[in-house]
Amino acid sequence: MLRGWWGSRRIPLAWLLLTRQPVRLAVALAGISFAGILMFMQFGFRDGLFDASVTIHKLFDADLVLISPRSSSSVSMAGFPRRRLVQTLADPEVTGVTPVHWSLLLWRNPQTRATRSILTLGFEPTDPLFTDPGLAAKARVLSERGRVLFDELSRPEFGPVAQWFKQGRTVESEISGKRIRVGGLVSLGTSFGADGNLLTSSETFLQLMPNTPPGSIEVGLVRLRRGADVAAVQARLRRELPSDVQVLTKAGFIAFEQDYWRSSTSIGFIFSLGAAMGFVVGCVIVYQILYSDVSDHLPEYATLMAMGYRLTHLLGVVAREGLLLAILGYIPAFAAGQGLYLVVRNATNLPVAMDTSRATLVFSLILVMCMGSAALAMRRLGDADPAEIF
Amino acid sequence: MADSLLTLAPQAPPSGAPIAIAVEGLSHWYGHGSMRRQVIDGLNFRVAAGEVVLLTGPSGCGKTTILSLVGALRSVQQGQVRVLGQELNGSGRRTRQQLRRSIGMIFQGHNLLRCLSAEQNVQMGADLLPGLSYRVRRDQAREWLRAVGLGDELHKLPHDLSGGQKQRVAIARALAAQPRLLLADEPTAALDSRTGREVVELLQRLAREQGCAVLMVTHDPRILDLADRVLRMEDGRLVEPGSGQRLWGRDQLADVPVQ
Repeated sequence: MLRGWWGSRRIPLAWLLLTRQPVRLAVALAGISFAGILMFMQFGFRDGLFDASVTIHKLFDADLVLISPRSSSSVSMAGFPRRRLVQTLADPEVTGVTPVHWSLLLWRNPQTRATRSILTLGFEPTDPLFTDPGLAAKARVLSERGRVLFDELSRPEFGPVAQWFKQGRTVESEISGKRIRVGGLVSLGTSFGADGNLLTSSETFLQLMPNTPPGSIEVGLVRLRRGADVAAVQARLRRELPSDVQVLTKAGFIAFEQDYWRSSTSIGFIFSLGAAMGFVVGCVIVYQILYSDVSDHLPEYATLMAMGYRLTHLLGVVAREGLLLAILGYIPAFAAGQGLYLVVRNATNLPVAMDTSRATLVFSLILVMCMGSAALAMRRLGDADPAEIF
Repeated sequence: MADSLLTLAPQAPPSGAPIAIAVEGLSHWYGHGSMRRQVIDGLNFRVAAGEVVLLTGPSGCGKTTILSLVGALRSVQQGQVRVLGQELNGSGRRTRQQLRRSIGMIFQGHNLLRCLSAEQNVQMGADLLPGLSYRVRRDQAREWLRAVGLGDELHKLPHDLSGGQKQRVAIARALAAQPRLLLADEPTAALDSRTGREVVELLQRLAREQGCAVLMVTHDPRILDLADRVLRMEDGRLVEPGSGQRLWGRDQLADVPVQ
């Protein structure tokens, strides 16, 4: 069938119209690529920021997560009674729970003595916390009081902790005025609310935060039997537990955090607006190019109509020009997007990467941009009057 | 000397041949209301298949309008225009578009597509033929370019060709669609006299070979002898035989203005 199509093809007029005017084509492609790159960057930043807000959330070894209904985001987690977490153990599907203390504490940079807030999680070192199995071995040092695990991906403002530790130095610092010692390094990653992370035992955590009400925790991790119906258990726990606790799935916990940044900040709006501007600029450029292309060739289009070509055939030529521009403009935008994502990742530690959904979204937008402009430019074809060409 | 004289405007072709164009009582107006101006007034003529007919007359006398009416580019207002068996009065846009595929047109400005090579331009004509493969159509386009003497210029763009060469490409393009009727509007206007005559001779020869009727508007007196018949128009009508000039000699053609 493809062979038949190829054999019966006609002169590729759209392609020739574009490629035989290289300057115009270059301008059009530059404009489309620019719009594409702008959209890639804006969407990339937006998704990267939302993604970065849940770096820690994604690591937890949990099927269901309990939080207080008063918690609004990772930077303002409220406590709830630890009893609620213990109660979930009554459910036959629940195999284990991990109570987690969660707070932003002030860390003193051991080099400059400046303080900066760092996300600190307190848990029983024998309990599983993250899905990463390597943590259990490292967590053993936490059984000694006053020891912490420092996230080596924390921003450099916290001091050269990882570097010193790897050199074999004893790294000691101060949190909330209490002396602690770095007992090991973990690799977690920064997020929106936290420039750095610390893990410590519940005991040490309560020492650092003596005002924590007894029996109060911020996050409860619930693990279910393999193959359990997570939604059913969630519904059951919601029914059975009082309303001083929220039962979320792990995905729901991630969405809870992202929703906060999406709705309570203007990040989503700002970056979507940036992308929209790229879209509009692209539309204007493509429309200008196609419109002047049609105008310049109006006598030629009229000649084709006089020869017996149908108007729909000519509309098809303009539509194909739009399609070709979309495809040809997308390729450099995609390549440049990949490169810039790499640059951004290296410069900011933001988890920005090309993914299929964003690649598809930007291509769709470019396609809409080019085809919409082509459709507008087609109106000019109505002025091609074969009666006027003699 | 008498042999070189041309008979002027017998409005019917020799009897017996099939008719390519039959025009009866054709009138046409431009504009609306008080601006309405008649350009054609009750015109009658016929062109047989295979005939080469020139249409001449002072500028503004409606020659080009006739071409656009016969070429199915404009809708007929009054009168009968039958082209290749199709009545054009009251015909729809689609009918006219279909009919135009059987009509080759050659324009004063060659109207080639600037971004297409000579071969591709000619193939735009051949592409209108149904059911032929790309390769066949391309070979036909090359054949036609060879026939007009441009076998070595296949891949040149129009702006690399001379005026005469461009007009020959336009002829090849018109003929590549295998038309049964060729309409030409001053094809020699942009050419010097020798090239102009060569182009028209070529057009006449190829059209004869294809059995294709030709209706050509021209101001150029040097090509009148290439025609089977010459129709002379004035103020929207054909100058009747017997209304003064029955015959044109070569010396009488000097008053025909050349654009």
